[in-house]
Amino acid sequence: MSSGVIYMDYQATTPCDRRVLEEMLPFFLEDFGNPHSKHIMGRKAKDAIEDARKKIADLIKASDPKEIIFTSGATESNNLTIQGVARFHKTKGRRIITSAIEHKCVLETFQALKRDGFDVVVVPVLQNGIVDMQVLEDSINDETILVSIMTVNNEIGVIQPIEQISEICRKNNVLFHSDAAQAVGKINVDASQVDLMSISSHKIYGPKGVGALYIRLNPRVQLSPLFYGGGQEQGLRSGTLPTPLCVGLGKACAIAQEEMRSESKRLAEFRDYFLKKIFDNLGKVHLNGDAKCCIPGCINLSFEGIEGEGIMLGMPDICMSSGSACTSDLLQPSYVLKAISVREDLAHSSLRIGFGRFTTFDEVDYASSKIIEVVNRLRAMSPLW
Amino acid sequence: MEYSKEVMERYNNPKNVGVLDDNDKNVGTSVVGAPSCGDVIKLQLKVDENGKISEAKFKAFGCGAAIASSALITEWVQGKSLEEAEGIKNREVAEYLSLPPVKAHCSVLAEEAVRKAIKNYQDKNKA
Repeated sequence: MSSGVIYMDYQATTPCDRRVLEEMLPFFLEDFGNPHSKHIMGRKAKDAIEDARKKIADLIKASDPKEIIFTSGATESNNLTIQGVARFHKTKGRRIITSAIEHKCVLETFQALKRDGFDVVVVPVLQNGIVDMQVLEDSINDETILVSIMTVNNEIGVIQPIEQISEICRKNNVLFHSDAAQAVGKINVDASQVDLMSISSHKIYGPKGVGALYIRLNPRVQLSPLFYGGGQEQGLRSGTLPTPLCVGLGKACAIAQEEMRSESKRLAEFRDYFLKKIFDNLGKVHLNGDAKCCIPGCINLSFEGIEGEGIMLGMPDICMSSGSACTSDLLQPSYVLKAISVREDLAHSSLRIGFGRFTTFDEVDYASSKIIEVVNRLRAMSPLW
Repeated sequence: MEYSKEVMERYNNPKNVGVLDDNDKNVGTSVVGAPSCGDVIKLQLKVDENGKISEAKFKAFGCGAAIASSALITEWVQGKSLEEAEGIKNREVAEYLSLPPVKAHCSVLAEEAVRKAIKNYQDKNKA
């Protein structure tokens, strides 16, 4: 980490793991062949990519590596799924369903399709951030072709009941996609429960600029590509594969597979320590989301009486994020916090603290002390306190 | 958010944080903004027998720009007549603090707080 800076924004991105980088390096310099070339250099690159594909498949329990295609990241995977399924299946029906707390790249794609005449349903979530299952089930009709619900939310860390949603979709013969960018490598995910799954590399200590999409082979999920070209990745994603990036994502998945259990235990201990210290020392602090059904590395708190950007300004050496309007370019408070009925002033008062692989106990301890100090100082000058 | 030295100075060590006695007829009070918008400024002015502002205090809920704008304006109004204080424009506050354009509303709020506090003082002393 840059000297003196504490990084606690692991939901935004993660640093590349050194082991990942080392695995990637040869493919920039020596083994630079085009994986689609038929000579020895091409084959070498292709072998490395197929090995990476297998590692991704293993981590998400896909039954066949062919079910994985590489993309530029979760945004592309989500776009490819939603636009691709909608286009391919539009003669079958026009209703597509998602939830209110999806990532912008999902919500905006749904809105774009709505403008094209698709019937978009955005299912609300309960106060703990879990999708309202009754509304979801009631929203599915004969016209429905796709349900897209994220596995783990990027702001509040809440884990959705994927298995239950899967059952509802299967029963109704509707395709189920899950944006698992924040879930893969953090919790067990099971590809057998979904038809499509989006994966991001830079959220799991891999390089930026690459991601993957799981597409079920049996029964085969059909979708249209976003763009056209050489027909790579089964015709779904034309363009030369970036070998080093694909290798990096594969290695990141392999490491996650090995270390996920111990890492998540360590982060849970950090979380418990951090929350206890905050709640012991400060009153009127609210935990946003579900206290139990969440990933341990994502904590979202609202501090009554003060504003999030103001808090962040008081600890310039700690990288965190806030749902306050003041930290958004559009000057709107977080739509995720709004969707879980967090009072508007408390949305402005929110802070997302993200722990990850390289977080240390000393950092957690320092950050919690610093937060307590800054919150007390700002509350003393707040007219609402 | 990248803030100027002037903003950071006032965010870190604001002068004039506090309250004045609202029951004092020489004190004018205003509260502007809304918690739901993420900015609230409470501003109080004390006017002496010569009609000059002898003391100004504030409290702020908001981002660094809101805190700095209200802190700065309490520094500026002290020793001024009510007319002079009313003449302080939000643009001057924004310029002095080099506020980014998205934060201009914080200086607007500070200007509004001064005008409303003066109005409150005048209303109190009408009788």
